[in-house]
Amino acid sequence: MSADDQAVPDEQAVPQEEERRHGAPLTRQLGQVVLHPSREGYRDLVEQLRRDGYTFCLDVTAADYLTHPGRSGLPSTVTPERFEVVAILLSFEGKERLRIRVQVPDGDPVVASLFQLHPGTEAMEREVYDMYGIVFDGHPDLTRILMPEDWEGHPLRKDYAVGRIPVQFKGAPGDR
Amino acid sequence: MTSIRYPGAATSEGAQELSARGQMTAGELLRESGSVLRMSEAAAAEQADRAPGDQETMIINMGPQHPSTHGVLRLMLELEGETVLRSKPIIGYLHTGMEKTGEDLTFLQGPTNVTRMDYASPLFNELVFSLATEALLQVEIPPRATWIRMLMTELNRIASHFLFLATNGLDLGAISMILYGWRERDLVLQFFEKTTGLRMNHNYIRPGGVAADLPDGWRDDVLRILDALPARLQEYDELMTGQPIWRARTQGVGVLTAEEAIALGATGPILRASGVPWDLRRDIPYLAYEEVDFNVVVGTYGDVFDRYAIRLNEIRESIGLVRQILDRIPRGDYRVQNKKVTPPPRARIDESMEALIHHFKIFTEGFKVPEGEVYVAVESPRGELGCYLVSDGSAKPYRMHIRGPSFVNLQTLPHMLRGGLIADAVAVISSVDPIMGEVDR
Repeated sequence: MSADDQAVPDEQAVPQEEERRHGAPLTRQLGQVVLHPSREGYRDLVEQLRRDGYTFCLDVTAADYLTHPGRSGLPSTVTPERFEVVAILLSFEGKERLRIRVQVPDGDPVVASLFQLHPGTEAMEREVYDMYGIVFDGHPDLTRILMPEDWEGHPLRKDYAVGRIPVQFKGAPGDR
Repeated sequence: MTSIRYPGAATSEGAQELSARGQMTAGELLRESGSVLRMSEAAAAEQADRAPGDQETMIINMGPQHPSTHGVLRLMLELEGETVLRSKPIIGYLHTGMEKTGEDLTFLQGPTNVTRMDYASPLFNELVFSLATEALLQVEIPPRATWIRMLMTELNRIASHFLFLATNGLDLGAISMILYGWRERDLVLQFFEKTTGLRMNHNYIRPGGVAADLPDGWRDDVLRILDALPARLQEYDELMTGQPIWRARTQGVGVLTAEEAIALGATGPILRASGVPWDLRRDIPYLAYEEVDFNVVVGTYGDVFDRYAIRLNEIRESIGLVRQILDRIPRGDYRVQNKKVTPPPRARIDESMEALIHHFKIFTEGFKVPEGEVYVAVESPRGELGCYLVSDGSAKPYRMHIRGPSFVNLQTLPHMLRGGLIADAVAVISSVDPIMGEVDR
């Protein structure tokens, strides 16, 4: 999906249609609130939301949209990139969750770490780093967590093959 | 402590182990506890530089084959005598890439994969995956399926908490508890075997409902379990709750305040032990939990004893819940009658060509799920079990992520172990109740 296709309707449609919270576009997916901040505004947004009562960070994960670039659900002002870091916050008072989707380009997979705001993201960000190779700037100990430390590659990327262990039965047809 | 360098390890990402005392930096201390204490980097740097007295400290491994680490958890401890100065859990020994595997299985095959994550409460994994798939499909499941799911997961909660009580007792020296806990858990597992065909890893809850209706005589079976349990729980109270040795081993050990638990992302009994009344069944209800009455058990001190007492009393609450479910479970279909999602009954295949085609298509291609992404969570015995599911419109999930509560709860360990004794470390690890299958996935 190219940004040019969307450039034209943006200029008129944005002011009326797009809902924003703390400057980040807000969409709803199956009734769930999703915010789409820029990479630079991600950490500040989480900090502002923490003041709003979203004091609990449930999860930080990611997705690799290499083979599915034209996904829906993104507001027209957001340029889709290969990686998406997804953070899920919880408000005890409001009894609601909120999801944040940050676009992270393939060439420079770096986002700010939430560790100083929510220390509980330590293991989750390490897992995302391990599985996707996304670097969290400001994380105190960004090492592999699930894979061995000398492992090559990041397994959950879409260009990382599933792989098979060759089956060594007699008369097994070819390499499986 | 130098990590082993394998030949040809060109992409080493740095050691996962605890670094030596001499290399301990402010960042290391912040990682372990400073950020939770809201310590400034300057204060952390000051503490990191300070040597721990003249005595030598020692870094030892506890696990991955230590019996008190509940599987393959490896804990690196820096000890000064018997006091734990620093610690770091090292995980990944049971990592089998289940999230990657999940991208290669259809939505119908998905529950067979996720059920193996938290093997002590497999039905919750199936439930959260099925709820996420149904949210994307936007199908409404029949009421009976909802209530069967509640019945089965509450029974599973009972079984899982009995497993905790058994191992917790064993870890703390109440050896006979392992026999009692296993005996009670087996009552529930026998019912599961009768209903689902398996004692573990059931693949019973599936997108669209459940795999089969409850077997004949299920009500008597469940009542027999419920009638047997209260007296047994009374025995536990006598054996452990009021016993001075048990109290001395658990009270005031491994304290976690509410602020620390929230900062570290702990959920479930650990969060409730710290005094935060948060239970998804009550606060963000799923299934039909808003129609039943139960109490959320909350602790005060956030120590090992509170976490034990919460689980013990949650069994009592679950028994009450199962009784309500028995009274209110409606008749009807146990799965949604949508030919594109649910395979046709066996008898229809013999007489209807369409039924045969649907059956064949569902089991070879699977059903297509509309494009979208969703996060769904349930209250598992260990905390918030979440499923983040992305579909690209095909029959397989594009991304399937499980938020394992054990994985996140394990981060509280370095914080709780700090300054305690090794013997207390065993009690603390046990009170977190980590299931390594879910931690490593």
